[in-house]
Amino acid sequence: MHETDMTKALILTVRDWWLSQPERPQISQIHLIVGQFTCVEPASLQFAFEVQTRDTFLAGAKLVIQETPLIAFCHCCQQEYRPEIGIRYACPSCGSPMDDIRSGRELKIDRIEYAAQPAPATVES
Amino acid sequence: MHQTFDAALEINLLHANQEGADHNRAHFDDWGITCFNVMSSPGAGKTALLERTLAALTHDLTIAVIEGDMTTELDADRLRQYGVPVIAINTGRSCHLDSKMVSGGIHRLAHEYNPAEFDLVFVENVGNLVCPAEFEVGEHAKVALLSITEGDDKPLKYPVMFQEADCLLLTKMDLAPHLDIDVEQIVANVRQINTHVPILPVSAKTGAGLEDWFHWVRAQVHLRQSQPSLSGVL
Repeated sequence: MHETDMTKALILTVRDWWLSQPERPQISQIHLIVGQFTCVEPASLQFAFEVQTRDTFLAGAKLVIQETPLIAFCHCCQQEYRPEIGIRYACPSCGSPMDDIRSGRELKIDRIEYAAQPAPATVES
Repeated sequence: MHQTFDAALEINLLHANQEGADHNRAHFDDWGITCFNVMSSPGAGKTALLERTLAALTHDLTIAVIEGDMTTELDADRLRQYGVPVIAINTGRSCHLDSKMVSGGIHRLAHEYNPAEFDLVFVENVGNLVCPAEFEVGEHAKVALLSITEGDDKPLKYPVMFQEADCLLLTKMDLAPHLDIDVEQIVANVRQINTHVPILPVSAKTGAGLEDWFHWVRAQVHLRQSQPSLSGVL
């Protein structure tokens, strides 16, 4: 599954940040924002993260995933609405197509929480 | 207890793939090549469409194919019969092509041929309606195929693919009389999520509708060649 590749990308990005920190801090949490209108399954990401971080600088770190809902804006009705994924995307009031997505496409590493204390010596790969 | 700190990263998860895709596209732009990323579920007819396309367009366009296939070179062998370079990328167990894999294909193409001679590169992605939609490879346009045997609900169930598509082919139209499928419903479902994508009904078997597809391809290539600075999707 592609969540494996995404997790790899996530770990490499966090590793770059970690290596740029002089004190190599112990990372406790990584906060991700994952939109509901993406091809990413949070449960698969969690599983891949757990497996891939074993015995690395991220061992024990927690992946916190915040899901953002799919929200579209209807220009005819001048209002936001929540499309029903898999069922209906057009505006429920006037039937206009979904052409302005305001939320739900996010796939972002938002922030990292860490302790000032350096991480225990581990394999850096 | 020690103090906890916060660092804001705000980096896209696919940042590295995106950078690689931009790099690939810059190569294509330098060489005057238009690149299409061809995507669909397995068995929708990507290779059959490319066979027809190569047979019809190699007279006036110089074409190469970068072929993603999970384990075999079966598709690549089919396309080589049309006398065009086919760079096969064995994706192993990966369910999509990413920009790094395609970069390997581009460099092989540039090593074995003069890339500036090509007008058009088709990237045939791994058959899958989910993952390829999220991984740009450096294409100028995304071409999606949906065979009418797959059912009219697919645009609703795999919306990201159909929302990202710049051209959508409804394939296997010759089977329409034998199926309980409402083609107008497929179109209506696509229109809920993509108002502007051209939807072209075709049959690679009978050739019906293919002229419209060839016309779209030629128009894209000519537009890009007349405006070489144009980058990204139209």
